[in-house]
Amino acid sequence: MVKEIERYGIPIVHMATITTISESVGANRIVPTVAIPHPVGNPQLNSEDEHALRKELVNRALNALATEITEITHFE
Amino acid sequence: MSDKFKVLYYVNQFFGQVGGEDKAGMSPEHRPGKVGPAMGFEGALKGEGEVVGTIICGDNYFNENKEESLKFILNTVKETSPDVVVAGPAFNAGRYGMACGELAKAVAAELKIPVVTGMYVENPGVDVCKDKAIVVSTADSAAGMRKALPAMAAIASKLAKGIELDEPEKEGYIPQGIRKTLFTEKRGSQRAVEMLIARFKGEEFETEMPMPVFDQVDPAPAIKDLSKATIAVCTSGGIVPEGNPDGIQSASAQKWGKYDVSGMNGLNAPDFYSTHGGYDTAYANENPNRVVPLDLLKDFEKEGIIGKVHDWFYTTTGTGTSVSNAQKFGTEIGKELLNAGVDGVILTST
Repeated sequence: MVKEIERYGIPIVHMATITTISESVGANRIVPTVAIPHPVGNPQLNSEDEHALRKELVNRALNALATEITEITHFE
Repeated sequence: MSDKFKVLYYVNQFFGQVGGEDKAGMSPEHRPGKVGPAMGFEGALKGEGEVVGTIICGDNYFNENKEESLKFILNTVKETSPDVVVAGPAFNAGRYGMACGELAKAVAAELKIPVVTGMYVENPGVDVCKDKAIVVSTADSAAGMRKALPAMAAIASKLAKGIELDEPEKEGYIPQGIRKTLFTEKRGSQRAVEMLIARFKGEEFETEMPMPVFDQVDPAPAIKDLSKATIAVCTSGGIVPEGNPDGIQSASAQKWGKYDVSGMNGLNAPDFYSTHGGYDTAYANENPNRVVPLDLLKDFEKEGIIGKVHDWFYTTTGTGTSVSNAQKFGTEIGKELLNAGVDGVILTST
């Protein structure tokens, strides 16, 4: 899906935990996430810390979209 | 001492009969003897070999703690010193396939012990290890177990005895992408002319050098100004509105859905939940924003960091979904996003 959407020339960032799969399906912008059942969250944190972590991850994804790249890039 | 060759087996929590998604976080364990498919596998060895132990590991644990998991597995292999290591078959299960692929690669490369696994050709784990281990080509679901085990056993038996394998097509494994020198009855020029004549006549012929298919899309240009950009969010994590109005499948998705989120400040429970059948959805159901962070995007929109969150959010289920369907979904969704003037997309996967 990532690859086919990007084929239209729209930048897309893949937020996923198993980043090797992201690469094999053709994602160019990749943000590694927390865990398979809760990629953009961490139920073990208190709500304040979880919110901060989530905000950081989404911010990173937005920055990825605003960054020119020429090859597969992990935004960590 | 027994003259049977020794096999060490690897399975996930499900095939290891420990449990389903609720046990996907279990750390690896080594059990003496054979568990799950290892039993059928040993039967298929027809008394020539013996499964001396089975490693069971949760799919989530492996993928989230790859280094620790591999360390445990490599140590267990060293302790049991098998003649061959067998993993799976994983069919089209992505996380299980990645685990089988990673351990196959590590054992074959680091310990020089032959490894046999089995996967559906589209499993992402295939590319991880096919050049180092033997990946038997299986069906896409566990219904193919009966066919997979004898093929894996026949190959394991040959590898344990140091017998060279036949061609991939004959043995039933996925080509490793390596070339070998071999003797043929007819010389190259004759084979080439025969192929050309067959082609002229419109007859079937088989190339001796199939071209690899590389299809990488170039990165799209970056967004120049986020504060003016419309951002869409999309997921393969199976988040759907309460009641799953479009009946999106919980596995092997045949369709995608789009839902108007323009008036919402997030994907909140219980209005949304996950219908995904491939992970433990408890955390997602407690707060679906953990899978699709619409709440934060809306915050960023309010703060003016991004121009706008696209009115629609797109969703499907990415477990056991065929590559051809995923391509179709991407093409259809991408076209809508393009027509709607979306500037950038965040796609989350579980």
